[in-house]
Amino acid sequence: MKLFSKRADGTRREPMTDTQLLLTITICIFVVMYGLAILILGGGFRKPQMLFDILNDNAFLIIISCGLTLVMITGSIDISVGGVTALVAMVGVMILNGNILWIEKLLGSLHLQPETIPTMRIVFALLMALLVGLAFGAVQGFLIAHLQIQPFIVTLAGMFFARGMITILSVQPQKAPQALMDILQKRIDIPWLGSLNKRGELIPARMEIGVVAALVIVILIFLLLRKHRLGRSMYAVGGNQQSALMLGVNVRRTRFMAHLLCGLLSGIAGFVFMMHTGAGNATNATAAEMNAIASSIIGGTLLTGGVGSVIGTFFGVLTLNTIKSIVITSGLSEPWWQSITTGAMLCLFILLQSLVLMRKKQSKGKKKRQKRGKGTA
Amino acid sequence: MKTKKTSRFFANNSALLIPLIAILLLVIFNLFRDPGFFSVSIAANNNGDPVLQGNLISILNGASELAILSMGMTLVTAASGGQDISVGALAAIAGSVFVKVLKGGGAITGSTVLLAVLACCAVAMLFGAFNGSLVAFFRIQPMIATLILFTCGRSIAYWINGGATPTVTSGIIDGIGSFIPGIPIPTPILIVIFMGILFALLFRFTTLGLYIQAVGINQGAARLNGINAVGMKLLAFVLLGVCCAVAGVIGVSRLSLINHETLLINIEMDAILAVAIGGNSLGGGKFKLIGSILGAYAIQALTTTLYAMKVSSTDVKAYKAVVIIILVVLGSPVVKEAMDRLWKKLRTSHPKDAGKEAA
Repeated sequence: MKLFSKRADGTRREPMTDTQLLLTITICIFVVMYGLAILILGGGFRKPQMLFDILNDNAFLIIISCGLTLVMITGSIDISVGGVTALVAMVGVMILNGNILWIEKLLGSLHLQPETIPTMRIVFALLMALLVGLAFGAVQGFLIAHLQIQPFIVTLAGMFFARGMITILSVQPQKAPQALMDILQKRIDIPWLGSLNKRGELIPARMEIGVVAALVIVILIFLLLRKHRLGRSMYAVGGNQQSALMLGVNVRRTRFMAHLLCGLLSGIAGFVFMMHTGAGNATNATAAEMNAIASSIIGGTLLTGGVGSVIGTFFGVLTLNTIKSIVITSGLSEPWWQSITTGAMLCLFILLQSLVLMRKKQSKGKKKRQKRGKGTA
Repeated sequence: MKTKKTSRFFANNSALLIPLIAILLLVIFNLFRDPGFFSVSIAANNNGDPVLQGNLISILNGASELAILSMGMTLVTAASGGQDISVGALAAIAGSVFVKVLKGGGAITGSTVLLAVLACCAVAMLFGAFNGSLVAFFRIQPMIATLILFTCGRSIAYWINGGATPTVTSGIIDGIGSFIPGIPIPTPILIVIFMGILFALLFRFTTLGLYIQAVGINQGAARLNGINAVGMKLLAFVLLGVCCAVAGVIGVSRLSLINHETLLINIEMDAILAVAIGGNSLGGGKFKLIGSILGAYAIQALTTTLYAMKVSSTDVKAYKAVVIIILVVLGSPVVKEAMDRLWKKLRTSHPKDAGKEAA
């Protein structure tokens, strides 16, 4: 990594960029926290399944946060992601139940064999998830990038619209048929990370398909941000729109694409959420947007744009939910402790990051002054 | 001369155009839908006192908390260029403290209520100062700094209540929440007017408004001109804390109980929306308090209209979203420019106006 890379003449280390610095801090804190949890709390934390449980429960959050990180890197924000996720989950469950008439008509007109119809419903649910996500992303992206409306307002309206649409579709909570959920909730066994239960039998660690999807998405977005022109121009636009424009970056297109991708990812997240819970409900994924923003921030993404990494976001999600697990396992059973400790930890992270960045800026300023002083002398 | 003056008024206050147009459209729409929509009548309430009733009153009454919060939010937005998303949580904390103090000392009298209001104001100011110091001293973006309290604020309120949703029954609390006997206007409206006058006096007789704008436009330049930029930001957040406390007290008094989960839920989003619809830039700098207040009433008018059209309370959000999008698209700089171009074209094609312009 660049952390240890030297300059061509081999004399001095290159200073870390803000993105790398914040990423390193996040990973260190996560490792230390998880290590302490293993040492002090023991119990569930000794088993790898604990980590996989956190991943299983939060696969959708990882995907949402990836999209949000892209948007935040371009200096924008999207708070509709939670609403879109819940809407997609509701639409998906309704399709699986056969409640959406035009899809049923379409299926009827295809003259399929009766046993393939449920599988086709899953395919349609996935297609609709992508479509709904893309539609939200495209409309919001157009309004923000081309009509230059404040992103907060646009995506707030998006959130209202998505949440309102859920209850317009169905006021009652919906549940997907069990037969289909058995297909969707297939888990991947990892025997070599298993643990022995009380009888001495080996229970393999279990991972859901959604986690695999989330990991693939993290890697894809990482490559996009690192290697692809679009990803690089996202950093440029977030860092300084004016200079990005002067450098020939298509600012509008970059911002539009960031929102489009974010919408698409929240659509995928909705499908993953449905795979995990199998339920459509108006209160699904409540406050997911704030959790996603918090994860991105803990992962070292700045809301002002230009700084951030998707690996950090991944660790941000893990850190946030490890805190919650620690609170639960350490026996603080009153309902308020979970969010109070989460808030306290969030406060700690935010303060730490700001102090580190401020100190770095100060030392930079000092060096500049020293250089200038030498020049005049 | 007169037209010149009015045109200058609109040039200076063009930001107010959006909320005014929004309210106007809603009024016209409602008059067409139901001519009696805005009729106000006097009826006796449960206690037998004559009180004002009607949709207009319920809009003005229902928007009270939102209007108060949007005033504070405007200041924070102007000074820091960011928004406070913890106002709902902070109002819940303030409401809990209010009830806690009321429950603590036996019978509820005027003095205990006053004490409770002061206590919850103090607590809310403290939390506001916490948010403010994160923003001002540690230079954290406001939305992130307030995310902390947004995450845990309602839980703190629950903690203060000791895991319950206590009720308070008292004539004074009813007086704050609905009507003071003998006065036909709902008390929350009076409180909004009182707060508005307070802020107006504050800006009229001190340089606070000017300084906050200066800090919001360019913090460095403001500092070099001798303005305490850090202090101004902190002050804006503390003032928002006071607004939260007042809103929390009204919210608790309306229902005579504190429920940490549902008290002023989602109001932070509406408050930010009110600031934006009021024509204020969410990036800080110049602000118009009256715009935000009009924005708050526009939002409430929209909600009441939708309720009157028999839209269920859970579905309202979707319709609200559509109206918001239409409003902001009309107000967006790109669309405005296109409209201006169109307007100019129309004027130049009109010979009389074209001659005037040439002269």
